[in-house]
Amino acid sequence: MAMKIIVCVKQVPDTNEIKIDPVRNTLVREGVPSILNHDDSNALEEALKIKDSNPDTHITVLTMGPPQAKELLVECLAKGADEAVLLSDRALGGSDTWATSNALSAGVRKLGDFDIIFAGRQAIDGDTAQVGPQMAEKLDIPQVTYVTDFDIADDKKSVTVKRALEDGYEEIKLQMPCLLTAIKDLNAPRYMSVNGIFKSVNKEITVWNAADLGVTESQVGLDASPTKVFKSFTPAVKGKGIVVVGDTDNELARQLLSDMKHKQII
Amino acid sequence: MNFNLTKEQELVRKLAREFTVNEVAPIAAEIDEQGRFPMETIEKASKIGLMGMPFPEEYGGQNSDYISYIMAIEELSKGCGSTGVIVQTHCALCAWPIFTYGTEEQKQKYLPNLLSGKHIGAFGLTEPNAGSDAAGLQTKAVDMGDHWLLNGSKIFISNAAVADTFVIMAMTDKSKGTRGITAFIVEKGMEGFSVPKKESKMGICGSVTSELLFENVKLPKENMLGQLGKGFKIAMSSLDVGRLGIAAQALGIAQGAFDETVEYLKSRKQFGRQLYKFQGLSFEMADMKTRIDAARLLLYRAADLRQKGLPSTTEAAQAKLFCSETAMHVTTKAVQFHGGYGYIKDYPVERMMRDAKITEIYEGTSEVMKMVISGSVFK
Repeated sequence: MAMKIIVCVKQVPDTNEIKIDPVRNTLVREGVPSILNHDDSNALEEALKIKDSNPDTHITVLTMGPPQAKELLVECLAKGADEAVLLSDRALGGSDTWATSNALSAGVRKLGDFDIIFAGRQAIDGDTAQVGPQMAEKLDIPQVTYVTDFDIADDKKSVTVKRALEDGYEEIKLQMPCLLTAIKDLNAPRYMSVNGIFKSVNKEITVWNAADLGVTESQVGLDASPTKVFKSFTPAVKGKGIVVVGDTDNELARQLLSDMKHKQII
Repeated sequence: MNFNLTKEQELVRKLAREFTVNEVAPIAAEIDEQGRFPMETIEKASKIGLMGMPFPEEYGGQNSDYISYIMAIEELSKGCGSTGVIVQTHCALCAWPIFTYGTEEQKQKYLPNLLSGKHIGAFGLTEPNAGSDAAGLQTKAVDMGDHWLLNGSKIFISNAAVADTFVIMAMTDKSKGTRGITAFIVEKGMEGFSVPKKESKMGICGSVTSELLFENVKLPKENMLGQLGKGFKIAMSSLDVGRLGIAAQALGIAQGAFDETVEYLKSRKQFGRQLYKFQGLSFEMADMKTRIDAARLLLYRAADLRQKGLPSTTEAAQAKLFCSETAMHVTTKAVQFHGGYGYIKDYPVERMMRDAKITEIYEGTSEVMKMVISGSVFK
């Protein structure tokens, strides 16, 4: 039986030093290149791995965002996803995690049956890690967050996952359909392929607005969002440390010297 | 006239750039120092389609256009000139002539393995006494009725040590000069065929270059590529495609050295200020940027003509001439602007300068490019 997988992704600004509009308390996105959120690329990769071993698997990538989020969806298709859906509407703008999960859950219901929803643990621009778990609650399916290892049962009815904790792991078996949130350790995301690019650029991307989703002003958008941003600020930048690697003391010292020379410290 | 990239081209550039940053640049210094063919990189490049770009899907290709292909070589070469030329030699000088001149059986037999990167391709024209003057070929193929008998040797053959499939030019009728040259497909492991000597080179050390030796190699009749006596045409038209790739390699090396130098001039301080604040240096950088952009425009024009199926021999020669001379100019300045650090191997510009030089020599020297270009001026 062909499996159906939905991967929830988000387009995020590619910067560690996010600029904030001091008046609106929202992120300034102009002039900042956008990328696929890191954890979401792990979510997509896990779905693609299932498709590698079960070629009849159907992967739908789902995102909510402005029209330019289509660019990100094309990249997901070029990596091997089958279908892409964009939820885009002015009425969805300003949604917090609660409102976002309302919209995405409505999108999932409209897509119909599915076996697994993969999402990234959290987005680098908001760091809330709430949307995935909220969706699972709203769709009334089991969920596991921080998935670092994944195995699907032969009967394709359940999955066994390893959940990362601060000081160890949990191994959890759960029935499908389910929702899993991926972390970086789960896998190494693949690149697009040239052929994938040429096949995906002109592929049609489904766009649904609030009316298509059947969601109302009380469920989505800025006014419906219970979270109000009180203050946004850029944390002080801390220099990134480096780890010198090498097998012998000599090698370590040589590497350290070369790095210091490179940075013109010595 | 349209200077915009297509969505596909933008994404291919992005893909090749990410791949280069993650997979190619980090081992560029290592493969250079060890003179080692980066098989692990080529395997990864194969997975994403970089070994079979401008070829149709029916033979296992990626269906890409030539500008995308050129941009991929350019991006690879920004991180590592050796990797750029490995891919370009494979695609332009082995897969391309088989695709263009091969019989359907030959295409079915060789292309799927080549375009998927399972097999690596090489091309053999140059001999000790036949460099720019191809009519001096001494490698001979004699028609023995049921097979060809190949004898002779080739030098300076890129990819040879690891290649599975070789497109080889041999004399089949010495009296006819270049019209007596015929192309053949030679496979690794054929009896009497060996790759005896690896060259020790100034640059592109990760692109392993070797000698080929043919001692009574019995070639099946079906291994003749194209028509009898058309080998010179096959070689020259393959080199037309190859020149786009070498121009792209040169452009990538130039851009890589330029980018390194920008970073260096921003971080290095002398006399109490950053180096780029000295106008003598920043104006030279302005000049280099302009040259690089001019080189890129010449190259993309030539690739665009090829994509459209229009004549592009002169334009490809112009692109190759200008891109390679730009690479030499920019990398030499890059080393100069790095001062003593530019001369030691801790910084990549040292390698880039060594890698740049060959682009003025192989697949037609700058002088041969000028013969081609002036030939079109004084027709």
